[in-house]
Amino acid sequence: MIFENIYEIIAFILNSAGILQYMQSYSDALGISIAPKLIIILIETALLLVGVALMVMALTWMERKVLAHAQARLGPMITWYHGLLQPVIDGVKLLSKEDLMPKRADRWIYFIAPMIAFVPALLVFIPIPFGRDGAIISDLPMGILYVMAVSAISPIGILIGGWASDNKYSLLGALRAVAQDISYEIPMVLTVIGIVLITGSLSLQDIVLFQDKIWFVFLQPLGFIIFLVAAVAEMARIPFDLHESESEFVAGFFTEYSGMKFAFFFLAEYAHLFSIAAIMTTLYFGGWHGPMIPMIPPIITSIGWFTLKVLVIIFFTMWLRATVPRVRVDQILDIGWKVMIPLALFNVFITGLLVAGGVL
Amino acid sequence: MARTEEYQLNVGPVHPSTHGVLRFVLTMDGETIKDTEMVLGQLHRGIEKIAESRSYLQFIPYTDRLDYISGMTNNYGFTKAVEDLAGITVPKKAEYLRVFVMELNRIVNHLVCIGSLLLDLGAATMIIYGFRERHKVLDLFESLCGARMTFNYIRPGGVRGDIPEGFIDNAKEFLRDMPKRIGDYAQLINDNEIVHMRMKGVGMLSPEDAINYGVTGPMLRGSGVSYDIRKDDPYSVYEELDFKACTRPECDTYARYIVRMDEMYESLYIAEQALKRRWHPTLQG
Repeated sequence: MIFENIYEIIAFILNSAGILQYMQSYSDALGISIAPKLIIILIETALLLVGVALMVMALTWMERKVLAHAQARLGPMITWYHGLLQPVIDGVKLLSKEDLMPKRADRWIYFIAPMIAFVPALLVFIPIPFGRDGAIISDLPMGILYVMAVSAISPIGILIGGWASDNKYSLLGALRAVAQDISYEIPMVLTVIGIVLITGSLSLQDIVLFQDKIWFVFLQPLGFIIFLVAAVAEMARIPFDLHESESEFVAGFFTEYSGMKFAFFFLAEYAHLFSIAAIMTTLYFGGWHGPMIPMIPPIITSIGWFTLKVLVIIFFTMWLRATVPRVRVDQILDIGWKVMIPLALFNVFITGLLVAGGVL
Repeated sequence: MARTEEYQLNVGPVHPSTHGVLRFVLTMDGETIKDTEMVLGQLHRGIEKIAESRSYLQFIPYTDRLDYISGMTNNYGFTKAVEDLAGITVPKKAEYLRVFVMELNRIVNHLVCIGSLLLDLGAATMIIYGFRERHKVLDLFESLCGARMTFNYIRPGGVRGDIPEGFIDNAKEFLRDMPKRIGDYAQLINDNEIVHMRMKGVGMLSPEDAINYGVTGPMLRGSGVSYDIRKDDPYSVYEELDFKACTRPECDTYARYIVRMDEMYESLYIAEQALKRRWHPTLQG
């Protein structure tokens, strides 16, 4: 069986279990024949939410452990084996915290900002192929464009969150964060153009399939370096973590946020980390490609390879955090506009020449 | 046409980067600081007034708390004044022990300074490495006087008590391991491009300004003025010991950081000599 996407896989499983026919006939009798389709989409959404939530929990634990071991500490050790349950405890703590709102805050905007930051971080995963044989939610024909567009929504959440808090630190932190996000989105998109020129397709599945023989990290080394720097900036990790910049602005744009609203910003940050690592894997490290292990279904091995590559990239950013200090705001913007964008344009130019000359 | 205006931003005294000691009121134009107003006195505790109503011995514990990072050195400053007033001569062996603990305290002080500097630049790792070594020194001090920060150890006429069993071995172990540790820090920080971006050419303090403001210590030596009170107006037994005053001509934050790194090596060297002379068989009195 060859599946196109996760929808078909779920439909196949339900069908072979005999549930789908039952649901279909029942809803036909009620006159809502679209109901089984909606239920499958709901299952898909739940899978995505649970998957991302689990990944975020794993990442927070990993962050603590990697950082701790880099700093000659142990990190969480008390909650179960090597603190594996620490993310659960953190979640319970955040849920039980009092949800404060500043008196002069702009109530609705303050309330909605964490969601605007969080939802795009989830939506980004729709066109990303997690594995072969249909482990993809939907193979959009303009997938990479969609990814770039959706991830550009998050800064709006940050900006209005900082604005609505009625706090100078929050506002300044938000302005910095947005300035940085916008400056680094441009070189990021420009490097992607190089890849699109070579593959001739915007679909992420096509881009992965193209990397069957050779990964783009070898075909586009300059593009990869620019993408990596821009990605670290987009993830808002040290050395480019102006989003927080705690030595100047206490906690950046979420200074006033507490409880579950803070948790949403926190989730968004890690979901963003995961999504950008996933995009980088897809674009430069051959996505789910990797030696297949016999006896295990290829869909599972390919998802395993994908996860492994993502985790290696995330480990790299954590290692970076343990090693280097933060770059100052004017220096970050200088690098973005005066170095990264010209280099990215140069990369597009060279790639265009090579493609036109028939070399690639 | 958009209207812009300057605004005021308060930083401290309770703020992640001021650690409760200082408050600034900044006048800002966007991201640019136009004017800074310092609000001092967060650490004013009326220590002089307290001193008036205490005996000399009773006041020594207060000196520990003047700067809780370097209690030993503060102990010595007060004790030295009392000794000069009363005309007390201190036995040589006590002076060597004092120099030994003061130099270890200097290392602790520099470790905390460098760690906090890097922490405020956003690199949290260095402060934890620094504190790891600081704890080794504090363990030594604890075995000496029972306290980790409020030592009350140096007294007029000598020190509170002699060293406990096993102290010399532990001290030698520390002196042996520490140069490698400092090398590790240097490897982590010294040639880091971002550290250079953040520290070179920042916080310029010209030699003239430094002298006029009465700046002393590593700050002054970072501005290229080779003035070390241990060398230029020696007290205790510093005259007999071999060390050099570390200076850097750049006058910026990076120069002050490098001076502190170099001074840690010098302090180790001084401490080693003091330890050797204190337990030298020929030492009298």
